[in-house]
Amino acid sequence: MTEPAEGGKESSKPTSFGQVFHRALEGNTVTVTVLAILTATVVGGLLSAFTNPAVLNAPGGDIIPRAWASAAATYVALFEGSVFNPHTVAALFQQASLSTAIHDGYLAAVFTPLSETCVAATPLILAGLAVAVPYQAGMFNIGGQSQLIGGLIFATWLGFGVSMPFFVHVVVCVIGGFAGGAVLGWLAGEIKARTGAHEVIVTIMLNYVMAYLLSFLLSSPSMLQKPGSSDLVTPPIAGNAHLPQLFGSGLRINAGFLLALACAAGVWWLMNRTTTGFELRAVGANASAARVAGMKVERAWVLVMLIAGGLAGLGGTTIVLGTDFALNPSTYGTYGIDAITVALLGRGKPGGVVWAGLLFGALEAASPGMQSVANTPVQIVQVLQALIVLFVAAPPLIRTMYRLRATRATGVGTTITKGWNA
Amino acid sequence: MQLELKGITKRFGSLVANDGISLSVAPGQVHALLGENGAGKTTLMNVLYGLLQPDEGEIHIDGTAASFHSPKDAIGAGIGMVHQHFMLVPPFTVAENVTLGIEQVRPGGLLDAGRTRREVRDLSHRYGMDVDPDAVVEDLPVGIQQRVEIVKALVRNASVLVLDEPTAVLTPGETQELFHIVRQLRDGGTSIIFISHKLREVQEIADTITVLRRGKVVGERKPPATEADLAALMVGRDVQLRVSKAPATPGDVMLSVAGLVVPAAISSVHGTPAPASAHAPVNGLSFEVRAGEILGIAGVQGNGQTELCEALMGLLPATAGSIVLNGTDLTRATPRARLDAGIAYIPEDRREDGLVGSFSVAENLILNSYDRKPFARGIAMNLGAIAENATARIKEFDVRTGSPATAAGTLSGGNQQKVILARELGQDTKLLIASQPTRGLDVGSIEFVHRRIVEQRDRGVAVLIVSSELDEIYALADRIAVIYEGKITGFRPPDVDATELGRLMAGGSDAGNAGPTDSTPPVAPEDAS
Repeated sequence: MTEPAEGGKESSKPTSFGQVFHRALEGNTVTVTVLAILTATVVGGLLSAFTNPAVLNAPGGDIIPRAWASAAATYVALFEGSVFNPHTVAALFQQASLSTAIHDGYLAAVFTPLSETCVAATPLILAGLAVAVPYQAGMFNIGGQSQLIGGLIFATWLGFGVSMPFFVHVVVCVIGGFAGGAVLGWLAGEIKARTGAHEVIVTIMLNYVMAYLLSFLLSSPSMLQKPGSSDLVTPPIAGNAHLPQLFGSGLRINAGFLLALACAAGVWWLMNRTTTGFELRAVGANASAARVAGMKVERAWVLVMLIAGGLAGLGGTTIVLGTDFALNPSTYGTYGIDAITVALLGRGKPGGVVWAGLLFGALEAASPGMQSVANTPVQIVQVLQALIVLFVAAPPLIRTMYRLRATRATGVGTTITKGWNA
Repeated sequence: MQLELKGITKRFGSLVANDGISLSVAPGQVHALLGENGAGKTTLMNVLYGLLQPDEGEIHIDGTAASFHSPKDAIGAGIGMVHQHFMLVPPFTVAENVTLGIEQVRPGGLLDAGRTRREVRDLSHRYGMDVDPDAVVEDLPVGIQQRVEIVKALVRNASVLVLDEPTAVLTPGETQELFHIVRQLRDGGTSIIFISHKLREVQEIADTITVLRRGKVVGERKPPATEADLAALMVGRDVQLRVSKAPATPGDVMLSVAGLVVPAAISSVHGTPAPASAHAPVNGLSFEVRAGEILGIAGVQGNGQTELCEALMGLLPATAGSIVLNGTDLTRATPRARLDAGIAYIPEDRREDGLVGSFSVAENLILNSYDRKPFARGIAMNLGAIAENATARIKEFDVRTGSPATAAGTLSGGNQQKVILARELGQDTKLLIASQPTRGLDVGSIEFVHRRIVEQRDRGVAVLIVSSELDEIYALADRIAVIYEGKITGFRPPDVDATELGRLMAGGSDAGNAGPTDSTPPVAPEDAS
């Protein structure tokens, strides 16, 4: 029997990153997440209205109507850019016949916003899974970026460097992309398992290593740089290695999106229905008890990081094989970092990650339209994303605002701290 | 200063941590509080230090009642405390740490660093502490850091100094130096409250010894009290619970441990470094357990019991000696291989090592058999079989849970232990290791757990019980081994009296007993049928 006074020590410990992460992921109900998104929408609307010069320069009585108009225009543009634009339907019905409409791309235009949303969501979902899966095993993978770059390098090299028949080539490239990311994830897991070095530090550092390694490879003609080019770009990916487009050439949505959905389903099955997943979850929830029960804790760490790295690598693969078809230093963007946000919003669950990825994909797909049509600065989209995450990550704030009761006592809070310290 | 605690009672929910404790500390005296973990020592001191408010009782200082609402009040009344875990800012110097919170300021708001350094040097010199005010705390050895804490209290004019398990982190050499300082402080008129569970130290340093057990004062002694007497007081000799059991019918030797050494090292389970100590926690220990008998390992906590169990399970590495189960050498085997060989393990810390609190009861029931038939089909889990197993086991072991899907962490301690028993007591068990199996359980659960353990013995399982509760050892054991400082100091039959066990638990030699030494463990004659 421990003395209660001693038991109280746990709570007086300084809050670790792990606990914060844990609370953000586990302390949320769906209600809180939805309310957070709504709140962010309202605050974002206000921001977009009151950063608009037309509103700021309006005469006194005009401010409210103009602000409303500006905010409305922003969200209309968001909707039209990411889901559905009524003008494209109107244009479709003005065509003489359906066959010419299809031929001239009017039908495709109707579905372009959705397609773009899915395209933008694909790497976010895959990289988001790469954060969510290790989290369930008690690890924090901040290295989505490095793993994604690893996948990009392998997939790109296989994509332009070798020649293979259709289908075989794309499959080889996808497997290569998985392997490229998995190597990086495995490395971080292995370092932790063997030396106890913390995976957060290791993965953050690997992000830098890989970003600079990619710059080096892209500037070396004998490596990845396109021969005869002075730009930092690889030769184009062979046509056989392109991910097939799902609805013809008019829409960019490709098999990568299906791959992302399949991975999410696969991850759910792995974690919840297999013995390996049971082991990974047990290690994440209580590494001591898992060890006493005969599980190999270190092996679980390595395995889960390997899987996560592979998923992030696939995220990179879908970009280069699905939409970009060549690799340059801006290809990888900030997907690996945004993935943390996606996992957070998705509450660490595969299904949640898919929804969160789609939401962020929609924001990304719509941002050019918001800028051109509604004069919303592109930064507002990023602010909106940040606000959503801010509100999601601070459930007490949302609960206070909407007077919700805390739904659960944090009885498992200590286990994650342990995972963090292990 | 005359300090008196009168009838202090502190409850946490249904648990009475302090039950009417009265204590009187005279000036210039070293008063030891002796008791096991969970006896209520720390709670009592937290009440004294203003960290907890007592539910009943009063604190009197020089005859007048005082009430402390925060440590600040306690410090103001002249009470100083050196916590087991130091409250120091590692990158600061000694003087900066000492002055923290009571900074000496010169006119104009500048820190008067010189004055603090002088004070530290003076105090350090007066009590022979050898503390350099300009040293950076994180560079200092633990023993010196502890002195910084003492200086901190003295600078705040403490006339009663509470030392909470001060020797837990010290080497024997450092302990002697600490004792020297404590004597100097005492001779200077400071009262010391010395909290410990180590008998020998308390004997050496204390002027008065108060023994706590389960929140109550069970006795007060003046040295030289016999260590056996103290040990018996500490762990309790009143035997209330007896499980009705038939005499054992021991078979062949099932477990044989010879010359086992487990060094003090970073625990592979908890990742925390063990305190530095001169000897290995398990230091050349040997015993045998036969099929169908219960060997009880008695001893005061902290004498290597935890490390012994973890080494038997492969959670800590053994640097010497051997562990042989039923003819198979398992000294280097993985925990998994040991489980597969038929060892069942009921760990000491059930929340930490026995259960995954956020997992359901059903999942916890398969925690070590999840990848075997029928719970696994290939790599997929067989949810039907898992649910069936849960229903059957919950019924068989009378686990009071809302449903098999309830998180195990939300169950009461007794029900959590039943979940662990239900998981561990399978068909193929050859050896059952149970460490403190009834710690923190209510009487009903204790009886249930004991009955199940005896049942296993009657089935021919070799059972090893490690407990610091003498009641438990008497209730279960067919043969008693006493552990002290990582060694077995003697084997005794179950009807040995508590004084004799107390003597062995305090490190008394095996002389005067006909039994052989610990290198060749005997089966007590009355056990061999």
